Amino acid sequence: MNDPLHILNNAGPAESTAARRERFWRTLEEAMDDPAVRARLGRELPRDEGYLDPVSRRRFLQLSAVTLAVAGVTACTKQPLEPIVPYVRQPEGMTLGNPLFFATAFPLSGILRPVLVRSNEGRPTKIEGNPQHPASLGGTSVFSQGSLYDLYDPDRSQTIEYLGDVRTWAGFLGAMRGQVNAQKALGGAGIRLLTGTTTSPSFAAQVNALRKTFPQMKWHVYEPINRDMAKLGAKQAFGQVVDTRYDLAAADVVVSLDANFLSGEFPGFERYARDFAGRRKPDAGREMLRFYAIETSPTNTGGKADHRLGLKPSDFQQAVRTLGSLVQATGATAGDIPGPFGSFVLAVSAELGRARGRSLIIAGDHAPAEVHALAHQMNAALGNVGKTVFYTDPVEANPAVHIDSLKELVSDLQGNKVDLLIISGVNPVFDAPADLEFAKWIGAARLVVHHGLYQDETSAHAHWHVNAAHYLESWSDGRAYDGSISIIQPLIAPLYGGKTEHELLAGFSDNPDAAAYELIRGFWQSQQGGATGTRSAPGAMPGENAGGTLPPATPDFEIWWRRAVHDGYVGNSMLPEKSLAVRAGAIPVAAESAPNQLQVVFRPDPTVYDGRFGNNAWLQEIEKPLTTITWDNTIWTSLALAQRLGLYEAAMQQKQNVVELELGGRKVRGALYVQPGMPDGMITVFTGYGHTHIGHTGNGFGYNACAIRSSDAPWSAAGARIAQTGETLPIAKIQPEQQVHAGDIGKTTRDLVRIGTLEKYRQNPHFAQAAETQEPGTHGPDELPKDSLYPGWNYSSGYQWAMVIDLNSCVGCNACIVACQAENNIAVVGKEQVLKRRPMHWLRVDTYYDDLDNPRMYFQPLPCMQCESAPCEYVCPVGATTHSTEGLNDMTYNRCVGTRYCSNNCPYKVRRFNFFLFQDWNTPQLKLMRNPEVSVRSRGVMEKCTYCVQRITKARIAAEEEDRPIRDQEFTTACAQACPADAIVFGDQNQKDGRTARLKASPRNYGLLEELNTRPRTTYLAGVLNPNAALHTRDVQEAEEE
Amino acid sequence: MADEQHKHEEHIDEMSSHLLPAKATILAPGHTFATVTDKISAVVLSRDTPAAWLIATGGFGLLAVWLLFATAYQLARGIGIWGVNVPVAWGFAIVNFVWWIGIGHAGTLISAILLLLKQKWRNSINRFAEAMTLFAVMCAGYYPVMHLGRPWLAYWLFPYPNTMGVWPQFRSALVWDVFAVSTYFTVSLIFWYQGLIPDLATLRDRSQNKAGRIIYGILAMGWRGSARHWKRYDSSYRLLAGLATPLVISVHTVVSFDFAIALVPGWHTSIFPPYFVAGAIYSGFAMVLVLAIPIRRIYGLDDFITIKHLDNCAKLMLATGEIVAYGYIIESFMAWYSGDIYDRYVMLDRMGGKYAVFYICLISINVFFVQVLWLRRIRTSPSLLFIASVIVLAAMWLERFVIVVQSLHRDFLPSSWAMYYPTFWDITQFLGTIGLFAFGMLMFIRFLPMISIFEIRELLPEAHVTLQEAD
Repeated sequence: MNDPLHILNNAGPAESTAARRERFWRTLEEAMDDPAVRARLGRELPRDEGYLDPVSRRRFLQLSAVTLAVAGVTACTKQPLEPIVPYVRQPEGMTLGNPLFFATAFPLSGILRPVLVRSNEGRPTKIEGNPQHPASLGGTSVFSQGSLYDLYDPDRSQTIEYLGDVRTWAGFLGAMRGQVNAQKALGGAGIRLLTGTTTSPSFAAQVNALRKTFPQMKWHVYEPINRDMAKLGAKQAFGQVVDTRYDLAAADVVVSLDANFLSGEFPGFERYARDFAGRRKPDAGREMLRFYAIETSPTNTGGKADHRLGLKPSDFQQAVRTLGSLVQATGATAGDIPGPFGSFVLAVSAELGRARGRSLIIAGDHAPAEVHALAHQMNAALGNVGKTVFYTDPVEANPAVHIDSLKELVSDLQGNKVDLLIISGVNPVFDAPADLEFAKWIGAARLVVHHGLYQDETSAHAHWHVNAAHYLESWSDGRAYDGSISIIQPLIAPLYGGKTEHELLAGFSDNPDAAAYELIRGFWQSQQGGATGTRSAPGAMPGENAGGTLPPATPDFEIWWRRAVHDGYVGNSMLPEKSLAVRAGAIPVAAESAPNQLQVVFRPDPTVYDGRFGNNAWLQEIEKPLTTITWDNTIWTSLALAQRLGLYEAAMQQKQNVVELELGGRKVRGALYVQPGMPDGMITVFTGYGHTHIGHTGNGFGYNACAIRSSDAPWSAAGARIAQTGETLPIAKIQPEQQVHAGDIGKTTRDLVRIGTLEKYRQNPHFAQAAETQEPGTHGPDELPKDSLYPGWNYSSGYQWAMVIDLNSCVGCNACIVACQAENNIAVVGKEQVLKRRPMHWLRVDTYYDDLDNPRMYFQPLPCMQCESAPCEYVCPVGATTHSTEGLNDMTYNRCVGTRYCSNNCPYKVRRFNFFLFQDWNTPQLKLMRNPEVSVRSRGVMEKCTYCVQRITKARIAAEEEDRPIRDQEFTTACAQACPADAIVFGDQNQKDGRTARLKASPRNYGLLEELNTRPRTTYLAGVLNPNAALHTRDVQEAEEE
Repeated sequence: MADEQHKHEEHIDEMSSHLLPAKATILAPGHTFATVTDKISAVVLSRDTPAAWLIATGGFGLLAVWLLFATAYQLARGIGIWGVNVPVAWGFAIVNFVWWIGIGHAGTLISAILLLLKQKWRNSINRFAEAMTLFAVMCAGYYPVMHLGRPWLAYWLFPYPNTMGVWPQFRSALVWDVFAVSTYFTVSLIFWYQGLIPDLATLRDRSQNKAGRIIYGILAMGWRGSARHWKRYDSSYRLLAGLATPLVISVHTVVSFDFAIALVPGWHTSIFPPYFVAGAIYSGFAMVLVLAIPIRRIYGLDDFITIKHLDNCAKLMLATGEIVAYGYIIESFMAWYSGDIYDRYVMLDRMGGKYAVFYICLISINVFFVQVLWLRRIRTSPSLLFIASVIVLAAMWLERFVIVVQSLHRDFLPSSWAMYYPTFWDITQFLGTIGLFAFGMLMFIRFLPMISIFEIRELLPEAHVTLQEAD
């Protein structure tokens, strides 16, 4: 009689209707006067009655569980049994809709770049630098920013495959078991492990542990962009491999010997860019740093030099040798110095001599070993060691010379010694030097396992392919350029069940199913030594470094671990300085290129690197520094060489511009490109292109430079020949016109990028502002028309957002562009649309040259100027673009009908139009990638930089909740946040003591095209060069003329 | 014929003096009311359609159908199928819009201004010039709508009370365009239709079949030609003419504001309004000639569209052409005189840059070639005049191309400079509007009297005879 309905249905016989009417009753049950109910009514706390529901709670939950389980039966893949629970109780610190930030680190060629990753509801959506980490200080590179796209790349490898058939991880492990058991008997003599550069101590420990089972196993490392030359140079100078760390902040004179340290590929770039920019401020307390660059192929680093000298490799080596002898000895005069660099080298050595202990010579990773050794000698001779230059143990876990390591592997392959070749994270079939014929010899291995993010050229030659986990899906660890240790923590479970390299390696160990988390945590726990405090030194093999010194133990591992993961790095884990004595005496002269032959230098591509970002649409479509080319690599030539070869017209007009480049009997076909600043007698080729197996996005663009690269001369070679093919390859440039004086008439110049010398700045700090008033007929900032038909808006109260971009600080690395793209869900349009001049970037970095032979290069980041009297606003017929009270030029996408009048009337051309449906509205992975706070634009609407209005709004909400105004620099835009050089400063200009207002008050502050009375909110700080008066170059001459 | 008698009686005074000197040249001798009516209405009422008409209608009709297809394709894919980009965000669409709108101008000028100025020679060409205006404005109106990124939202440019609570932004010249062009089209349509009513009544009366009688009857709106009808007709016609007259000036002035109020170097200049209006009339008369010369030949209407008409049109072309030439000179001069580096550069680039060949072409035609119209021999030779008019039309198209595209492609920041290349769709959509225009004109010729019957009859000496008797 538990059922109340039953009670109701059976009411009646106990009492007559009339009798019931005489009583008062409270409930129907009472009215029915059921004895069971009567009994229950008397009890105060009824229990065990089962209440009204015949289904028990237990039963209900059982049924629910079955329902949920059965609901999932239809799916093909078995999901791992992990608790998936909705937030019954909201986790602490998390509010749905508010993103969380997690510290992790992005490994590029093994070197970790510390980052903070924004996570919106569990999806990583934006990468920022880790401001607390000394290797980042909040700055990022194009690669860190772009690495987010790789995570969501729909072309990423999604399965484990054996000869093209999909297999499971268990299947893979099962297959490997047989191999492992067979090799145990042989001591692992047939096992070869090939990885890229790694700095992971736990990976090294794993390899070493594996060596206990397989003592004969060999670990090879090879990446096409390696630091072999630095290692060899260090061996020459010190007899051992060391890493060199620089302190640019302590240097007054910096000489770069082909070092591109202001580009993302350079280890420590983020920190070096910050330090460099900090010392290039003419108004800072300390004397401005003077920077000389001697380089072969032009770089944006060279573009930032006060004096840049471009030399072909043979001359370059000569020049460094001369400089070395001048710095280390005295007595040489200009007359003694041969070559085209005499006066330059002499002036540099004199300057270095004056700045002992305050100077710094940086040798580039691509410079010959001899140059590195000479740089070490010079730094020692100048007393810079310990002041601006520091030596440490290598951060690499296996600091082998890559080329030698790969050669050894190939020779083992040739000798049929390889039974099991495990290739993890590299693509040697694509990028090994051509003379090693890796693609041919990989077939000599009995079983090849490839582990990588993509099914690439190498996996096409492998038996097994294991899809790798992206670093944002991985537990791992490693070191930054300075040696400090970071724990890489995942932001998301692997989208396709990818495996980390730790898990892959564990697959060959006795604990094949170990999860990366356990491996990493276990390793560090073992390092902490448990209760006894002893630390097991990872058993390093001779010549290998399993991670150098490890951080000191703390009593409680859990606290240490949590802190390390939370902070993104282990405090004070930088590698300690080593005091080393430089070997005196002559450095062996590197094999010299025949000076009369055409020389070729190999360089990493500035956006797709060695090809690992080949399928990364963001990195393919951002402008490459200097050239602004997208989607292709080109063959750089000087103007003179192009003319001599009769290819000038071809290269300039992009008609029949494809040439066949022959080097050592091997040929590639690529587009010729005349790069200003290229020394005569050499060409530059770039790695990373010519993919055939990476994905829909990246296949088929450019040429593969590694196809003509030889293991003997990996960075520069001589004896190249160029022949025209008659084919045409259109080159998609973001900025086709790069002459700074383009469009000038007579003596009137378009004063867009304003640069002066330090001397000029001291004489007249307002030199950049005066430029307008000097020109008759144009309005200077003080002459802006005061009267207008429309009453002006009073901007003196409330928040007034503004931006200042320091042209002196901007190093032209383009990280801001990718940051903007990620933050604002900016579409990628593809090469064809770039060629049609329809790229969508809201921010571009205009790059100008003033000369073709030895140009100065100017970088000018150009976001929306947020003009106070915006020309775009008054022409919009539907009021889709309007001005906010806080000075923003807002764009209402929903209102836009797409007349494009605003774009025509924008003198800065920063508006971008969706000519087609450029956004991918269908691919599910790309939906996950997007920032949920920024609308995804559709076809036919205009879009533009909003000063990251979503961030402004978020800051305002946070401030209003706390009933306070938004603090200065409390938040910033994506571009400003990404900038490693701190060149972009954003904030409220009404906050008079704020950073933005202070910079706006700088005498160097000027507005672009201010004479049009647009009143831009984004302004620039004029660049100031610090030339050496002893060098009678153009800078000085111009200063004298003025 | 009774209708006409009444009408003439109403118009005694004004006709007495003006018609006599002109009649010898603007109407061939030997015509009577009957012959005029027969000749013109026969084109419409005849069962024999000229082969030339069939061929032309087929060809241009196909082009018009292509326009339909291209429009559908464009709606499906987006305006990315065109060559427009950033910085050249306006391309063929706006060039063609300005060109078509310009062509429309001659119609209104002939029908309204020349009416008020009592230029009687207009009577034989005003009807089809007005039709030309209507079709040209239709072709023009196609572009501003279709060139939008989201053409289905074009109605947002109209100020109408709506639930979105939004309103057009009246500082934008594009909103002014909406008013200018839509007013112009409406007034032109009413003016044209009112002018047709007496002739529609004539067709109704003369139609040989029932369908014709019904259709023309409905369109004639019960016109009986009574004195009261004529009186009201006359006063409203003149009122409309007065209303249309400022539109001749205003439409292209407003169109020129699209450019003049922008700050793009090469656009931002105060000469644009008069220069655009003159250019519009110039190209409009060229189009009148391009249409009139083959029509009078094919339909044997030499009696009504005489050499005198061609001569007058050519003279107007010459006059407006000189104003346009003056505009070019002032434009260049002001670019130099302003001292503005951006203006100067755009002008220099116009003369020597990548699009210089277009500029040189248009200058050599609009400034130099047009001077051949000083020669009476050219003005009175239909075939030479036809060729000259086609060349002038092409030059005026180039002028708009140079203004729109060349100015945009070299603006303030060299970093954004880029070329504009039209695509297949750009070109064929333009051909499609030409098809639409010609198809419309051919339909008009076939089904409506292309020359105003009653106004031609006004030119006849008989009209004056009745006038004196009435006194």
